[in-house]
Amino acid sequence: MGSFQSLPDDHQYRTLSQKTGFSLEQIAILHNRFKQLSQNEETLWRDDLKTIQDLESNPIRYQIIEAFFDRRNFQKDGVGSVEEIGFEEFLTVMSYFRAPAHRITEEQREEMRRAKLRFLFNMHDTDNDGTITLEEYRHVVEELLSRSGALGRETTKGIADAAMLEVASISVGPMAPDEFYEGITFEHFLKILKGTEIETRMHIRFLNMDTTVLCKQRCV
Amino acid sequence: EKEDIYIDYCGMFILVLGLLVGSLMPLGGAASSPDTGTGHGGSHGNKDPGYAKNGNGTTYSKKPFPVLSFDYEHVRLPFEISLWVLLASLMKLGFHLIPRVSSIVPESCLLIVVGLLVGGLIKLVGEDPPVLESKIFFFYLLPPIILDAGYFMPIRQFTENLGTILMFAVVGTLWNSFFVGGLLYGVCQLEGHKLAYVDLLSCLLFGSIISAVDPVAVLAVFEEIHINELLHILVFGESLLNDAVTVVLYHLFEEYSSVGLITVTDVFLGIVCFLVVSLGGIVVGAIYGILAAFTSRFTSHTRVIEPLFVFVYSYMAYLSAEVFHLSGIMALIACGAVMRPYVEANISHKSHTTIKYFLKMWSSVSDTLIFIFLGVSTVAGPHQWNWTFVVATLIFCLVARVLGVVGLTFVINKFRIVKLTSKDQFIIAYGGLRGAIAFSLVYLLNPEHFPMRNMFLTAIITVIFFTVFVQGMTIRPLVDLLAVKKKQETKRSINEEIHTQFLDHLLTGIEDICGHYGHHHWKDKLNRFNKKYVKKCLIAGERSKEPQLIAFYHKMEMKQAIELVESGGGSKLPSALPSTVSMQNIQPKKPSQDRALPQLSKAREEEIRKILRTNLQRTRQRLRSYNRHTLIADPYEDGWNEMLIKRKKMKELEKKMNNYLTVPAPPPDSPTIARARLASDPQAWGLKSVTESIPTIKVDLASPQSPESVNVVDEFSKKGSQPKEEEGGLTMKVPSPAKQRKDKTPDEEPQQRLMRCLSDPGPAAEEEDEDDPFLPQKKSW
Repeated sequence: MGSFQSLPDDHQYRTLSQKTGFSLEQIAILHNRFKQLSQNEETLWRDDLKTIQDLESNPIRYQIIEAFFDRRNFQKDGVGSVEEIGFEEFLTVMSYFRAPAHRITEEQREEMRRAKLRFLFNMHDTDNDGTITLEEYRHVVEELLSRSGALGRETTKGIADAAMLEVASISVGPMAPDEFYEGITFEHFLKILKGTEIETRMHIRFLNMDTTVLCKQRCV
Repeated sequence: EKEDIYIDYCGMFILVLGLLVGSLMPLGGAASSPDTGTGHGGSHGNKDPGYAKNGNGTTYSKKPFPVLSFDYEHVRLPFEISLWVLLASLMKLGFHLIPRVSSIVPESCLLIVVGLLVGGLIKLVGEDPPVLESKIFFFYLLPPIILDAGYFMPIRQFTENLGTILMFAVVGTLWNSFFVGGLLYGVCQLEGHKLAYVDLLSCLLFGSIISAVDPVAVLAVFEEIHINELLHILVFGESLLNDAVTVVLYHLFEEYSSVGLITVTDVFLGIVCFLVVSLGGIVVGAIYGILAAFTSRFTSHTRVIEPLFVFVYSYMAYLSAEVFHLSGIMALIACGAVMRPYVEANISHKSHTTIKYFLKMWSSVSDTLIFIFLGVSTVAGPHQWNWTFVVATLIFCLVARVLGVVGLTFVINKFRIVKLTSKDQFIIAYGGLRGAIAFSLVYLLNPEHFPMRNMFLTAIITVIFFTVFVQGMTIRPLVDLLAVKKKQETKRSINEEIHTQFLDHLLTGIEDICGHYGHHHWKDKLNRFNKKYVKKCLIAGERSKEPQLIAFYHKMEMKQAIELVESGGGSKLPSALPSTVSMQNIQPKKPSQDRALPQLSKAREEEIRKILRTNLQRTRQRLRSYNRHTLIADPYEDGWNEMLIKRKKMKELEKKMNNYLTVPAPPPDSPTIARARLASDPQAWGLKSVTESIPTIKVDLASPQSPESVNVVDEFSKKGSQPKEEEGGLTMKVPSPAKQRKDKTPDEEPQQRLMRCLSDPGPAAEEEDEDDPFLPQKKSW
């Protein structure tokens, strides 16, 4: 368990709070959680996340874990992935799941949308080339249906193909039989998910109360 | 006097029944018919020409055989009911035929006006207009509407906003009741002489009756204004869930109004009663829902009565809840919501359509009848107009509603992520319409215990009229004026579905990493429990393992296929994908694979490719007026003759090929690609139907395809359709170079896979190899 003796570094917390938008209490709680997961070390490894029991039943756990170590999610032009992350990166990734504040302007809302959708896009685009190819999309659907056995495998291709067709027809429109649709670019991705209100749906509640005590037995 | 008529009706009905039974008994004894009323004996005798010997006390003098007789009395009740229903339906028809009126005035208003007119008419004639009898209302008119609402309730939005809805339903209704009741009592006391006899408990009772938002009225008005889903579910959910509160308060105050006082114990018991009523209602509904789901598991051989199970179980849930004075509405909602996912997985598509249309039809008729009867009852009902009381009621109701909504929203917004804006609050407050439930509840009051019943009745009718007319009519322009977000009409796309699922898992994962058990964690646990245990019990066969994404995909394909067939085969494009992107455009070019196909000479392939090209282009131009019934193929076009010859040869060879096993094939493609390839390639497979059981919709359009591919196919089929072709639908034919393919089987698997994808949920298709058909385009030249 994390040691509570070390006082929260107030200055550090403040800069983090400014950067990510979390409140100080939330940062403290997440820091405790970080320490709990990393067994009190400074950095977190993939294996640390893999030990979380509740993640076992999640079909896309590998993508989720990867997302924490993906440089593109830390800063705008990051490339590649890292082996270990510090608390700041952990918090940065978590900040993608904050809810929009009550009174924000349209631009801020749009910016938040783009950021969240960029996060999702990065999760799909594993080879980092800026487009989601058919293969990558198929992989996504496969993972989602990975717990459905044979029935899943068979229709996976059909679903992925149908989805790809849809994206192509919405983004590009009519195509001659010779043309080839390379893959879903970020702009197309934005377009197809226009209807879903990502900024309100993609969030979790970050509590101001420490609940890590409650699941002490289960985690790690 | 009204009660006399109804007793008369009931008596007559039983009489008729008895008469029917009696008349069927062969040469029955003297007492074969029950005691007949005054006019019935003679008519009964007339009705049994075959049993002239039936000794039932009629005269023995011989009369000439009555060829035609008039006997209205014994069909009076069903006749009148049918007449009312007919009238209601014709009114509904009429309103929609007059375009301008229906866009300004909501239907409910028009119906009430019609009711007023009819009531007035009946009164003019001298008869007593029938009143909306509470029993008929609660047992026959209300359930279809509630079931319709409950069955099609959007569960996702409902559960997401459940906290808010409960707050409005429970706390809001309580606040309204006490505010209105208390203030009315004050007004009554102040007023003095005429209203002094109205005591506190009666006022509170009245307050509780009138403060409940009515689901029928809300549905009727909100359905027409197409407001965004959040507001719709908030107001509508509130109107459904406040039933429990109303029931408890009503019984509480009614019970004790005769006694005259309520103690703290009673209040405490009231709270307990509330919990019992609401939770009990839900439990009863859930039990029946599970029973219905379980029953539907076994209906694969008797598909025609599937809808019946849905209706009967739901109605039983309602009645069972009413037996214990639990909330019947909540039972009905719970039953519909619980049974729906499982039943829909089990029943056939036609049953699903039947259920949908029957529910809509019944709820529509009910709704219409309710409003008409409201109008008629207004004319008929005993009125006692009291200016002070009525005006006070009206004002207090409005004020209470506004204050309640504003106050509650203030509290609720602290807990919500998507806050309710003031526009939202206005709509919620304004949409709190009162309706027929309140009226019926007042009608049920015993005039002996409540001497002010008539005054209550008048007041309630006034409030109902005000809310339905004024608020109902003005809400639409107000919604436009305030630019409230409207419902988005977009269809759910497969991408959105994929990402919904993805998001669910993602958020659950993040919550787990964060370490706290939030909303998503429990939802995920519930889903897993559902998948592991419940679905296995309640869904038949293979469908129990079908994940939601796949179910959605199949549904989508089915819809597209049916849409296309219904639209005559191609002239109208399926709305999901209007473009002409086809599988070739996204399929990465495959390296030419090692196939056991004979090599064609390059020249041959080039030739065929050219032919395909030209035909594809031509059909694209012909897209506009395509209809398979009107297509006349031009036999003199280039390449068609060639195609024709090949097809004939192919047909002959097909017969021989049926017994061949599959050839080792490249890794199987998805059915989508297969269909795409097959469709866009006129040298697609010519497939015979394997058995009769394969459905006759042989449409290659379940996947989002370019319509031209269909047309190409169709033209071919038209061209070469031989008289012995059994299906007239769109089929895929194969005019491929038959000679070379002598040894290869065209494989029935692609067709079977197609059939499986298009047909009703069937067993999982086995992983079968699919021979890659001849594809000139795909080969690298």
